[in-house]
Amino acid sequence: MKASEPTLDTGENWIRKDLLSIRELAPLEINTILDSAGAFKTVGARDIKKVPALRGKTLVNFFVEPSTRTRTSFELAAFRLSADVVNISASSSSLQKGESLKDTALNLEALHADIIVLRHSAAGASKFLAERLTASVINAGDGAHEHPTQALLDVFTIRERLGRIDGLKVAIVGDILFSRVARSNIWALKKLGANVFLVGPSTLVPRSFESMGVSVVRSLDEILEELDVINLLRIQHERQRKEYFPSLNEYVRFFGLTKERAQRLKPHCLIMHPGPINRGVEIDSDLADGPQSVILDQVANGLAVRMAVLYLCSTAARKQR
Amino acid sequence: MNNLTIRGGHVIDPASGRNEITDIYVVDGKISAEPPPENSPVISADNLVVAPGLIDMHVHFREPGQTHKETLATGSQAAAAGGFTSVVCIPNTSPPTDGPSGVAWIIDRARDTAGVNVFPTGAITRDLAGQEMAPIGSMVQAGIVAITDDGHCVQNHELMRRAVEYARMFDLAVLDHCQDYNMVGNGVMHEGYWSTVLGLPGWPRAGEEIMVMRNILLAELCATRIHCQHLSSAGSVRLLRNARGRGIPVTGELCPHHIALTDETICSFDSSFKMNPPLRTQEDIDALIEGVADGTITILASDHAPHAGFEKEVEFDQAPFGITGLETELPLFLTILLHREKAISLEQLIAMYTVNPAYLLRIRKGTLGIGADADITLIDPDREWTYKKEESLSRSRNTPFEGWNLKGRAVRTIVAGETVWAV
Repeated sequence: MKASEPTLDTGENWIRKDLLSIRELAPLEINTILDSAGAFKTVGARDIKKVPALRGKTLVNFFVEPSTRTRTSFELAAFRLSADVVNISASSSSLQKGESLKDTALNLEALHADIIVLRHSAAGASKFLAERLTASVINAGDGAHEHPTQALLDVFTIRERLGRIDGLKVAIVGDILFSRVARSNIWALKKLGANVFLVGPSTLVPRSFESMGVSVVRSLDEILEELDVINLLRIQHERQRKEYFPSLNEYVRFFGLTKERAQRLKPHCLIMHPGPINRGVEIDSDLADGPQSVILDQVANGLAVRMAVLYLCSTAARKQR
Repeated sequence: MNNLTIRGGHVIDPASGRNEITDIYVVDGKISAEPPPENSPVISADNLVVAPGLIDMHVHFREPGQTHKETLATGSQAAAAGGFTSVVCIPNTSPPTDGPSGVAWIIDRARDTAGVNVFPTGAITRDLAGQEMAPIGSMVQAGIVAITDDGHCVQNHELMRRAVEYARMFDLAVLDHCQDYNMVGNGVMHEGYWSTVLGLPGWPRAGEEIMVMRNILLAELCATRIHCQHLSSAGSVRLLRNARGRGIPVTGELCPHHIALTDETICSFDSSFKMNPPLRTQEDIDALIEGVADGTITILASDHAPHAGFEKEVEFDQAPFGITGLETELPLFLTILLHREKAISLEQLIAMYTVNPAYLLRIRKGTLGIGADADITLIDPDREWTYKKEESLSRSRNTPFEGWNLKGRAVRTIVAGETVWAV
């Protein structure tokens, strides 16, 4: 089979050089990415998995905060689009030597990087870069603000499995307050018409989230039977979180997806997790490997979604130059 | 000899209750009942307001130690351009102004380089560390007008109580930046809808209000005046209103940004909108304006906090807190409090910049009474103009008000009978 570019009719539906947040996207833009991702997913099933869409482009994976899966996913996506990839991590960058983010970015631009994928511990860091660079900037997670490609791969997975987003009941469970995944998912799901429920310790799910148009639920047991999707976020109990809830044991007692709780889910209800999972904490170990779990689909779809995002933003940037 | 006649202006001197069209005479740098000798200079003040020289009792001039941000000289130029003849400097210099030699150094340096009157304050605690009392009495002898750990807040209530009690011996005001460190943590913006959306650590109203309440209790316990700086929340206004109604010697201060802007501006992640305490909501703005209108808040100030561009142009949560304010505060308050909200009269607004801070600090400023220093600000309350930060006389440019259209400004600033700035 000849490896050719999938037919993409994005027309005027995507004009952004950067992907910084889901909040700023229109539903049409989200669907444009999802549709493109669908086309790119077929590429991954071919014998020759590479297309020439970004040949001659340089992508910099700039990860100021450690990450393995997101970085690898972007790297593979870039390879499949034939881009050249450079990885820079916090420990190898001049940020360690006190160079400012602005100066590091200007240096990357001076080297004619075309796309910068940024993971950073500060909310707004990718917007900061995007406003100062002509290169495309893709937000791969900025503090507790947003992680747009994670939300896109989540809604892609839901749409693929259940055929729609509109009208679904989706619960996001766990540490919402500090989660960029939760925020991006809330925006994506709301914009596509889902009903979103947030569940977790009240210290980690403050009422202020209700003004984002979601329901804050105090007990997982209250809503289990109604759900079409349950998305479990990684919960940690390291130094900073010790003031927020007493122990992982107590967390599991109220919010862990145990076998007993899972029996009350609808048979079609999807079990999701952005990873890495803590078996026996957020989710019972067998359930993670069970038929309702789509955790590995999420990983596979992440590649297609990121290919679509890189392709669309790079094309828009080329038109703007 | 600084002799001068200011002719035909609308004199508003809240300290003496004067509010009339009349001439002001200056003889030998003092306000005089008798005209100066013939051939002395005359300034026409037709259609202008002639006010006592304005006092900003909350500025950070960064000298000694951080002169790349501001100096006593450049800060004073910005003050003069904003209509201020006197400023009160906060002691979070580098090193902190926590002893008599530091105070004396600032007074000497200001005498040599500053074009306006500079009144230093001293730290409440050594090194602003909140651990042990600074040599308050020695600093009084050296010339401080108040004590404050501003930028920091003494967390130990017992230590604060002793410092307030000690200050009473010198009839000294205690100025407090109200912030509970445990509650605020690493907060960088108002805790509410926008902090939730943006994922930035929140700075809850209660983090301020709990210290306002602490100060009310200590002012009552020690019968000493405590001034709560840069109030930002509706709850603080409610607490202060109740306390003042009960006669407790506690006062409050308002900065213009807290009524000009809301936390929504931070969705730009622009650190020009980052200051401490943070911008809050429209509900807080309404309460602060109501607090000014009913006399709960009695003092206006800028919290002028200059930072270099490279320091501010970083990730939002890593940027330093603070904005410049000396050149925009009077115009912003005139625009918002006088023209737009009609919350107070011009006479009341001038009182909040003159007699009120002068009385709190026990300084002989803020009046056009006979024999007073001839510090005078001429104001055109109706002049429409646009603020441009590249024209600022401050050494720094960290303002959120670039390009704002404002109504009203100072047009001439006179210190001891001498014009130090004119538009």
